[in-house]
Amino acid sequence: MTEAEIRTIIFEGLKRIAPEADPASLDAHLDVRQTLDIDSYDFLMFLIGLDEKLGVEIPEADYGKLISIDDMVDYLAARIPREAA
Amino acid sequence: MIEFQMPSLGADMESAALVEWHIKPGDRVEAGDIVADVETDKGVIEIEVFHPGIVDSLLVEPSQDRLPIGTVLAMIRGEKEVPERVPASKEPARAAVPQIAQPAGVKPPTADGERRIRVSPLARKIAAELGVDLSKVEGTGPHGAIERADVERAAEAQKRAPEVVQPARPVEEAPKPAVAPPATDTYAAMRRAIALAMARSNREIPHYYLQTRIDMSKALRWLEEENLKRPIKGRLLPAVLLLKAVARALGDVPQLNGYWREDHFEPQEAVHIAFAIALRQGGLITPAIHNVDLKSLDELMEALHDVIARTRGGRLRGSELTDGTITVTNLGDMGVEVVQGVIYPPQVALVGFGKVVESPWVENGMFGIRPVITASLAGDHRASDGRQGAQFLDALNSHLQEADKL
Repeated sequence: MTEAEIRTIIFEGLKRIAPEADPASLDAHLDVRQTLDIDSYDFLMFLIGLDEKLGVEIPEADYGKLISIDDMVDYLAARIPREAA
Repeated sequence: MIEFQMPSLGADMESAALVEWHIKPGDRVEAGDIVADVETDKGVIEIEVFHPGIVDSLLVEPSQDRLPIGTVLAMIRGEKEVPERVPASKEPARAAVPQIAQPAGVKPPTADGERRIRVSPLARKIAAELGVDLSKVEGTGPHGAIERADVERAAEAQKRAPEVVQPARPVEEAPKPAVAPPATDTYAAMRRAIALAMARSNREIPHYYLQTRIDMSKALRWLEEENLKRPIKGRLLPAVLLLKAVARALGDVPQLNGYWREDHFEPQEAVHIAFAIALRQGGLITPAIHNVDLKSLDELMEALHDVIARTRGGRLRGSELTDGTITVTNLGDMGVEVVQGVIYPPQVALVGFGKVVESPWVENGMFGIRPVITASLAGDHRASDGRQGAQFLDALNSHLQEADKL
């Protein structure tokens, strides 16, 4: 899975919980939760979506590593189960 | 014969539009059955009937007209009664009503088990304005819901197709509401409804306010360990700990759980906690989670998922908006540390939780940093006093120190 594909999946997930937002136009360094006004419930739903799409279950202890979109991409890229080429 | 009236769905509601029936004359209904959808400033609410019986006649046709609370919508006869002939001396419109004609734009009432069309309130309004038959519109929203764009597309297609014949609508006999016409801007309407409720609350209820800081270190540590044992789909949010602890504390101080009636307090056995949920388009809605004291934390989390999904999807039931025996508002996610709220009548208390903040904490002469939440209580001074309020907050703290017992 390429970085661009991961980014698209993140945008789709964010769009689902914040339909009025345009995640693609966000500065990738910003605190996503604050910028899009995402509460703890929405954030959990977003993570459940990521688990469904990418097979990565993110523990609570790692929430601090998912502040910006770039953070999320890096975190997920390192953990997506490798498939045979 | 029982008159089924437009119910009151909250302190801030004065009228609603009946937008869809789910019953027809001859249907048998049980207590708790959903019989119609009504549209309020807070969106579409499913309303229930509370007596069993057989539907005798539907007196109001679905429309966008706001009907005041108390408007008789239908007649339901008890099972032992014999069906009455509607006297000819009543308004002529009644004669046309017993078998509901199908006004353009409304799906015919469905039998149990059939999928109902989900339509957003805005789409419904535009469909009525453009004369679009909703049963012919394909929905592209979540779960096949019909949204504005779908209706507009159907209207375009309809212009090219032969005209749908509009059946003549019987003269609307329901009394015109004395309230202001519905705002075309839903957000403005919701804000007005909230303003009405808040002003009334502040005017009528003598509030007292208390707050306390609670060390959440044990509770959050316990929660994290519990969550490691669960898949992400079953993960528990801190909110469920707070709700359960409130329910427990109400068991210790029951003077805060119930309703103020005219001149006295009516305590309630059941603990139905109205939970404030923010809507993304703005505005607040507070559906109740029932019997919080009897639910396990997992069951509470499931109830939370369910009520939030239905709130945001516009599928709440009338009983959920009126059953709350107390309200809890949690603004912690917004970065607010303390919440001092306004009580929703006829409730007598409101509990607020702010953000969990890493704070200095002194215990046993030792200084440390702990995650601290500020819990606040707004109390109705007619039903309780500061001492009981303080006892409640104290009990709340005790319960949160023993999260494993929640």
